[in-house]
Amino acid sequence: MDFQPVLLWTDLLLFVLLAAALLSAFHARRSPPLREAWRKVGRRPSGIVAAVILLAFVVVGLLDSLHYRPQLPPAENGQGEKAYSAEVLSVLDGLLAGLRLRTEKTYSAPFAATLYQKETVELPEGGQARMYPRLVHGAAHLEDPPSQAAGDIAHRALPAAGGAALAVLAAFLLITARVARARRGGFVSAAADVLRGRAVLAWRAALLTFAGLACVCALAVALAPYYHVLGTDKVGQDVLYLALKSVRTALVIGTITTLVMLPFAIALGIAAGYLGGWVDDVVQYIYTVLSAVPSVLLIAASVLMMQVVIDTHPDWFATAAERSDARLLALCVILGITSWTGLCRLLRGETLKLRELDYVQAARAFGVGTPAILRRHILPNVMHIVLITLVMDFSGLVLAEAVLSYVGVGVDPTTISFGTMINMARAELAREPMVWWSLSAAFVFMFLLVLAANLFADVVRDAFDPRRG
Amino acid sequence: MLAYIVRRLFYAIPILIGVNLLTFLLFFVVNSPDDIARMQIGVKRATPEAIERWKVERGYDKPLFFNAGAKGVQHLTDTIFFDKSLRMFAFDFGSADDGRDIGREIRDRMGPSLAIALPTFVLGLAAAIFFSLLLVFFRATYLDTWGVIACVVMMSISGMFYIIGGQWLVSKLWALVPISGYAPGLDAARFLVLPVLISVVAGMGASARWYRSIFLEEISRDYVRTARAKGLSELRVLFRHVLKNAMIPILTGVVVVIPMLFMGSLLVESFFAVPGLGSYTIDAIRAQDFAVVRSMVFIGSVLYIAGLILTDISYTLVDPRVRLG
Repeated sequence: MDFQPVLLWTDLLLFVLLAAALLSAFHARRSPPLREAWRKVGRRPSGIVAAVILLAFVVVGLLDSLHYRPQLPPAENGQGEKAYSAEVLSVLDGLLAGLRLRTEKTYSAPFAATLYQKETVELPEGGQARMYPRLVHGAAHLEDPPSQAAGDIAHRALPAAGGAALAVLAAFLLITARVARARRGGFVSAAADVLRGRAVLAWRAALLTFAGLACVCALAVALAPYYHVLGTDKVGQDVLYLALKSVRTALVIGTITTLVMLPFAIALGIAAGYLGGWVDDVVQYIYTVLSAVPSVLLIAASVLMMQVVIDTHPDWFATAAERSDARLLALCVILGITSWTGLCRLLRGETLKLRELDYVQAARAFGVGTPAILRRHILPNVMHIVLITLVMDFSGLVLAEAVLSYVGVGVDPTTISFGTMINMARAELAREPMVWWSLSAAFVFMFLLVLAANLFADVVRDAFDPRRG
Repeated sequence: MLAYIVRRLFYAIPILIGVNLLTFLLFFVVNSPDDIARMQIGVKRATPEAIERWKVERGYDKPLFFNAGAKGVQHLTDTIFFDKSLRMFAFDFGSADDGRDIGREIRDRMGPSLAIALPTFVLGLAAAIFFSLLLVFFRATYLDTWGVIACVVMMSISGMFYIIGGQWLVSKLWALVPISGYAPGLDAARFLVLPVLISVVAGMGASARWYRSIFLEEISRDYVRTARAKGLSELRVLFRHVLKNAMIPILTGVVVVIPMLFMGSLLVESFFAVPGLGSYTIDAIRAQDFAVVRSMVFIGSVLYIAGLILTDISYTLVDPRVRLG
């Protein structure tokens, strides 16, 4: 099938961020102090566990960031130009095409074979009956779901568990080979050390996390084609699909927000701290004004205004995806404007301290120009603050997205995110029996992401902050 | 002291002017009143007459900065900038889209907001400090490790989960208190228990962990060693010495939010249907009532600046070395 690649703005920024991360990883490999700091992160079990989970989320998010427009089937007469669908899909959509397209009529519980509500159904032999209609896709391959479902699930889960075990074994062998090569020792002793948690890095914790992830993924892969593993939502979409799609939105908000304002925060903070005088006064004035406004209100006001701009210029965007992407990016910028002040203040304070240090004084005495001092001596020595802020802000931003979407100033309602999922599901709690699955799925996915981010941020801060030995 | 406060109040003026200009820029320059009118009326029904009527009703039919058609001072006063922005300095907010006076509405709604925010603040502070002192007392044991892990887990849970989960468990399953609502007077208590409790629990993780790190920093100081050498019990050291000396960093983060308590909490008030300022703000944002949002931005920044001044004053109360002059 032919397709036309689409590069949304947030995709571009995510890949810029990925490139920057790879570049700095390359840089860190060659710089002994940075390598030592990252090794500290790897030695802590909580750090490496969080890293493995985050990595899984990042893979999902990146797959969901490769967008394209599939080609429409050619017109009846075989003439005409190639036409592309107005719907923008991602590689993740392509992989999960089964989940995406197998929609039901409305709510159904996880692993259910019937809809959640009774409906009046026309019986084939005439007449009507109130009953729970069977799902179109979920458990549709079973004759009598109540008696067969458990056996069928077990039947499919066993091979999945086997596959997961194989993957874990492969990972174990790879890790052991690496450990053995690094210490130029025997394979068996390396394997024993990895299993006992005595290797230099916390490989055992990583392996256990990977095992857990592999099991969950294998089960999902084995069962999702036949059941709605996490149920379906109001319009019958698979909740598992929605939850996976939300990951990208959360990642975009958590990372791009800090990224877009980073240049301003760094430039202004360092300039204010190093130059002092009126520059310092102006920068301090700007960030005091911005932080004086309660952030929710500033965000709400800006988002409302941005909505008016987008609504009055529908001609700017070719597809609906581009429009909701513009909204997402604008939300990131707005969140960034309200949150860069903290980083700017930290950088200013640190620069104030650094400029009085001997090596900076010496550089100044040698006649090194101000730009060169800032680039060579100040900037590299405040980068740890930038890194720590980047990882520390992430979890707060992911949580903030849900709240903002609830308030009505979050992402576009058509963008799938944890916030929109919670918002849709919240209204249904009053139902009897309760529709709990889509709300729980959103909260659990969000909790895992935020918890991993928090743990990772803690370990990174401990490793990079010179004041914490 | 008084001279200092007066000087700080004068410093506040340029910041408030900055906030005012920022909101003006956001609400009237980024989008013209015409754009906003078109969106509020609905693009399909927005005839030029309808837009004009909408603007006249709300007083947006004036020039932004300079009214060439008016006489004398009215050149400057009969403008949107004067009417909608400068008047705020006199706490004159005009009326909302539904015609009600915003200033009056704000005064009425402060009470319910405070009724939730104040107990939450006091109880939350006490609980978090107590819990973190407990962790410090058992530092470097399994209790401490698991306590910190519990804090991280608690702060990783979305605030909305606490609210929805709490409402479901306490109100629906156990049916102990009403699920939402509000009543004036003493009757309010049964409506307030659950929101206060939930807010305290939701804020616990982050603040307890933060206080713990402050206390741990203090505990490695010389005066603590001296106190222990004198033979004081560990509890006495913690509560008499460490707590007192840790007050400065704690106050820095805590006092600044006290005036903001008036603003209420957006989420809690909205979920529990409390007629406070938080739910007022949310309703205004949802209804795109710009006059109300603008007023709340202004009040919020006034309260924030008040918080900064209060923080400085509180330093003199807990630390005799600090003199404001």
